[in-house]
Amino acid sequence: MNLRFTRFTAWLFTRSLLLLAVLITFIPFLWLVAASFKSNEEFFRSTFLPMREGSWAVDWSRLTFDAYQRLFVEVDFGRGLINSIFLSSVTGVLATLCCAMGGYALARFNFKGRGFCTALVLAAVLIPGPLLLAPGYQLLYNLGLLDSFAGLILPAIAPAFGVFLFRQAVMSAVPTDLLEAARIDGAGEWRTFMVVVLPLVRPMIGTFLMITFLGVWNNFIGPQVVLQSPEKFPLSVAVAELKRGYYSDYGLQMAGTVVSILPVMILFLLMQKDFVSGLAAGAVKG
Amino acid sequence: MSAKAVAIPASSARSSLAPWLFLSPFLICFGVFTVYPLIQAVLLSTQTTFGPGATRFVGANNFVALFRDPLFWKACSNTLIYTLGSIFIQLPLALGLALLLESPNLRGRSWLRLVLFSPSMVGVVFAAMMFGLIFEKRTGLLNQLLHGTLGIVGIEWDLDFGWLQQHVMLGLIVASLWMYVGFNMTFFAAALQNVRKDLVEAAIVDGAGPVSRFWNVTVPAIRPVAGFVVLMSVIGSFQLFELPYIMFSSSAGPDNRALTIVLYLFQNGFEVGDLGYATAIGWALAVILVGCTMVQRLLARGEEASA
Repeated sequence: MNLRFTRFTAWLFTRSLLLLAVLITFIPFLWLVAASFKSNEEFFRSTFLPMREGSWAVDWSRLTFDAYQRLFVEVDFGRGLINSIFLSSVTGVLATLCCAMGGYALARFNFKGRGFCTALVLAAVLIPGPLLLAPGYQLLYNLGLLDSFAGLILPAIAPAFGVFLFRQAVMSAVPTDLLEAARIDGAGEWRTFMVVVLPLVRPMIGTFLMITFLGVWNNFIGPQVVLQSPEKFPLSVAVAELKRGYYSDYGLQMAGTVVSILPVMILFLLMQKDFVSGLAAGAVKG
Repeated sequence: MSAKAVAIPASSARSSLAPWLFLSPFLICFGVFTVYPLIQAVLLSTQTTFGPGATRFVGANNFVALFRDPLFWKACSNTLIYTLGSIFIQLPLALGLALLLESPNLRGRSWLRLVLFSPSMVGVVFAAMMFGLIFEKRTGLLNQLLHGTLGIVGIEWDLDFGWLQQHVMLGLIVASLWMYVGFNMTFFAAALQNVRKDLVEAAIVDGAGPVSRFWNVTVPAIRPVAGFVVLMSVIGSFQLFELPYIMFSSSAGPDNRALTIVLYLFQNGFEVGDLGYATAIGWALAVILVGCTMVQRLLARGEEASA
């Protein structure tokens, strides 16, 4: 009896704490979504969704698309959405290709300078990004790349940690014999890479595409520093501009934030399996 | 690890140029956008600039000024408080959640893991926007919830309470908890797989209670990952910028109470236009972070040696 009681208490204890954690995770975002459909006066009348007088039914008629309409018609937020999609996908694809190439070279070629290049990749992880902010800005100024997408994409196409991740992936997934076999069959180096190596490191390609896509989508300081023309701003900067320009228009800010978060959440839910496991496995091994 | 053991046949058929061609995008990009700016960072830190074009040599003056700059020390202490807050509140919560997820016969374990991890996918800018709205006076979620729930027990909560004005650091830490507890939990959850079941059973047979089992079996097993997670949190926390900058509407908060090191760097470099002074702040940050990394590696090595 006593044991059963303790077990039940433990069960109740763990489940309620986990429930609490889930609620805390969801509530801010659910509130944001609900509030983004409310009119300005409605903010003061209800916390989540507007209710009918004296009942528990939601009064849908008091919700409005007004904020979203203003967001896309008046503020031209769609432009930011397109810019974000463009920057994230282009950078993601280029970075994945360049890092896979570099990682493959470090993992499966014997050449003078391999040790040096590997050390370079490992050392690069130590350099904090903010240190390069001012000199990087000066460099882009001298190259004439300020206020251009190229100024954002080019510095991001071959991050050292990506080369490192692909080096690990190639080492564990690409057998040397297979490369030899491809070579005996007369496949050139590039063909071997494309046909033999890339398919074998597919899980890492998915994970890394996702990491880069998210990284660019969520990056604020880069575009904030590099870009000047509002029509080039990605969502991260555009949403901050909403807070500057429309500081008392909460509906607009909420709608803008929802539009910025939602695509990423959908993408994450579609790709989550490889991503979370890949990330954790990589961290424990590294 | 395995690659070093596997000898790579140095077949003459393979072009010696091929690895360099494969590495060339990385090497060019790294050379132009990392090595060159790194060298420039040394030079820039000895200059005063007015925008990116006009510069003047000032020697070590930037660093001398930095040490005497009360705002820099304020930024350092704010950043340190935030970092300590994130380590001592965030990581125990993350470990606790990971342990809760290990509880036997838990249904929907992977779903829970996914849900708790998901906030870390939300960019800092967007989370900062959201929490800025949550902490807002009158229309914000927090004040409305407090007003509603405390109202039931007869306490009148002031809807106009200014969280962002009164409790600057609290706001930042709460937002970062929402973003990163689940993220760090994932690493602890992976580490808990290293806990040896036979040791746990032996401890139970020896009559060790849950607390003693935690300290003597679980903690030693997750220590390496914990060291890594602490280091990551320190590095991330010291680079805090977007959260305060956005939450306090492109400012450092009331009375600079949300001023962080990188925010101060940003203000100097891109609002004042002195890239030299900004770079000096960047070097100070680099020294702190590389120092932390060295300390963690030494500690980890010492543990391996003694184990």
